[in-house]
Order: sequence, then structure tokens, then C-alpha cells
Amino acid sequence: MNTSRYSRQELFPPIGAAGQAKLKDARVLVVGAGALGTSSAEMLVRAGVGHVTMVDRDYVEWSNLQRQQLYTETDVKNKLPKAIAAQNRLMEVNSEVEITGIVLDVNGTNVEELVQNHHLILDAADNFETRLIVNDAAVQYGIPFVFGACVASYGMTFPMIPGKTPCLHCLINHLPSQNQTCDTVGVISPIVQLVTAYQVTSALKILTGNEITPSLQSFDIWKNEQAEINVSALKNKDCPTCGSNPTYPFLAYENQTKAAVLCGRNTVQIRPGLEREISLQQLAQRLKELGSEVVLNPYLVSCTFEDFRLVFFKDGRALIHGTSDTGQARAIYNRIIG
Amino acid sequence: MTIQLNGLQVELPESVRNVEDLLKHYQLEGRIVIIELNHEIADKSKYTELSIADGDKVEMIHFVGGG
Repeated sequence: MNTSRYSRQELFPPIGAAGQAKLKDARVLVVGAGALGTSSAEMLVRAGVGHVTMVDRDYVEWSNLQRQQLYTETDVKNKLPKAIAAQNRLMEVNSEVEITGIVLDVNGTNVEELVQNHHLILDAADNFETRLIVNDAAVQYGIPFVFGACVASYGMTFPMIPGKTPCLHCLINHLPSQNQTCDTVGVISPIVQLVTAYQVTSALKILTGNEITPSLQSFDIWKNEQAEINVSALKNKDCPTCGSNPTYPFLAYENQTKAAVLCGRNTVQIRPGLEREISLQQLAQRLKELGSEVVLNPYLVSCTFEDFRLVFFKDGRALIHGTSDTGQARAIYNRIIG
Repeated sequence: MTIQLNGLQVELPESVRNVEDLLKHYQLEGRIVIIELNHEIADKSKYTELSIADGDKVEMIHFVGGG
């Protein structure tokens, strides 16, 4: 009996020894090292993908440990950046592959350098803007991008192949105005595992040269409900990202969310680059349900959140009081607004 | 009216007559949603014209941003 490391995977005929060799030569970028990212990365590294890059802007907190499988209490106590804590753990899991952890807030300006030299990108971001930025770069450089997202007990996935399938921008033609996030409606670990199981399966198929179906899939693991739509018909020939005259709008500086420190106020202003109207009433309601002290008037919502005071305006602009760290402020904004 | 929604049999109130009503019923209006009605993707600009009838097969996927 073959007892080598990848023997069970090589025995699986659609992969085989030839597929395993392809995995060894593959370079995969995982965008986000939260719940989806840690789960996907562990599977990729165990599967013998030769190089895995993980990028994330955040550090490990207690509320992550329930589902972010690479992290320990020690990482929380040391306030380690997720990309570094993930890299440390993955190197223990498999010393035969290369792992690079990058502490970075992915945006339209730095994404191109990040995606180059990768054969595939796995989505594990926590907001739509980052996904659309990565989608633009993936299409521009012809790199397959496996979308995945989840909140509560619901998740979804879609494998995007440039030039073949619609891109994420074809499916989402504007930034959603307001979203449920893991910080507002919660999330359970099993849906994370289900979404990454599909994402990594798509990744293994693509990397080993197997065919994939351009299906958008969703699952609610609590309600035991699932849906699947072949979205080929939604490929838009005039798509600004993957159409005949691409402009890659999410890579443009003027369309990016800007974060600016307000001098001497220990406050960061977040200003969306693209129009993004917020329902203040809905937002106030959700924040109240979270136990936050909320003030609502026709112009803004003000609330407390952890150690911060947040103010959201109708046009999507926000003030994050209690920090001068723009990366931290963006992370808080995305946790609430998505 | 009974339809098959995401693989499950669901009973809908009389007030649900078209795709737009269905979105409202599930509180998904204004969200990013892709709907397939009897194996064909529903055109977003025609949600009020696309009527829903007993026995229809609907797949409905809404986008979320978490991860």
C-alpha cells in the first residue's frame, strides 16, 4: 500500500499522479484570512498546492476562534495579524509547500501586483467592494477567480473563468447598498465549511485541468435548502470588466473607497468612491438589535461599536471615532456595511 | 399556490402573483438576486410582468458579502 503523503488524492482518478504534479506547480492566492480563507487555505496546503499566498488586513480576535480554523488563543493574546498567524500554522501543516502571508488592505491600487504570478484566486473577502476589485484584476490578468461568501447559515459560490463564464461584475452590476454581515447577523461554522468545500473543489478541478460548470450555487445549511443556476446567459458583452471594451472600473482610483485620518480627532473618515445610498432606518434597527446605543435623525445614524463611536451618513460616508488607523477603520466599516 | 422554490415545495399567499411580489414576500427587494423561473433566468426589468403560477419551478439566489 502506498503510504506517501498525497497517495489518497492520487488514487482519485480525476486527479491522479498527473493532477498531483499540477497541484505542486500551482500558485494560489487566497484573498482574506477569515473564516473562508483559513478553511480554504488549510485544504489547499494539505492537498499539496505548491504555493499558497494569503493576504489579510486584520488581526486575530476572540470572536474569530469559533470558526477561523487556523487560529489559537495564543494568536489572540499576541494580537497577531491573521496573515502571519495563518502562515505560521500552515507551515506546521505542510513544510513541503511554500506559504506567503501578506498583511495588506487590498485595494484597486495594489491588487494588480498581488494577483500576478498566481494561477488561481480564491475569494475569502468580507465585502463586495474587495471582491469586485479582485474580479477586475482577475479578468485583466486572465486568472480564474472562485467567488465564495456566507453569513448566518447561508452561503454561495461561483467559479469565474475569464473569457468563458460571466464575471462577478456581470452578476452584480452595482455595489449593494447595504448588506448583512457576520457582525450584524452572525454566522455558523458549518456554512463556512460547506462554501469552502465547493470553492476548493472548483479550485482542484481548475488546477488539474478538469471541466467546471458555470453555476451560481447557494445553500442554507440550517434550512437544508439549496439552489443552482447556470448563469452563462448573464455574460454581458458590454460588461465594463469582461466585455469587449473593458475599463476595469474598480481598479480606478476615483472609484475606490477612501479613508482619511481627521487630524487631531482620533477619527477616520470613510468615503465610498461609488455612490452607495444607505437606509439609515434599517441600519439603526440592526445596530439596536446588536445592543448598540443608537441615535437616528434624518441625516445620520450614530452608534457605539466595541471601543469605537461610528457615524453613518445617507450617502455611505462614515466617521469612525476612536482610531487613527485607516486599515482598522475600513475593516470596521465593512463589518457593519459589508 | 404551491411552487417549487430552491428544491422545496412552498405554499405562497394569494397576494404573490409575479416575480416582484415573490421578492417582496421574501423581503429581498432591493437586494442583489438572480432568479430562474422554469429553467430560464428572469430579466430584472421584467419582474412585474413575469407571473408566477401553481407548479412553477423557481431557483432564487441572493448575494451576501460575508466571509
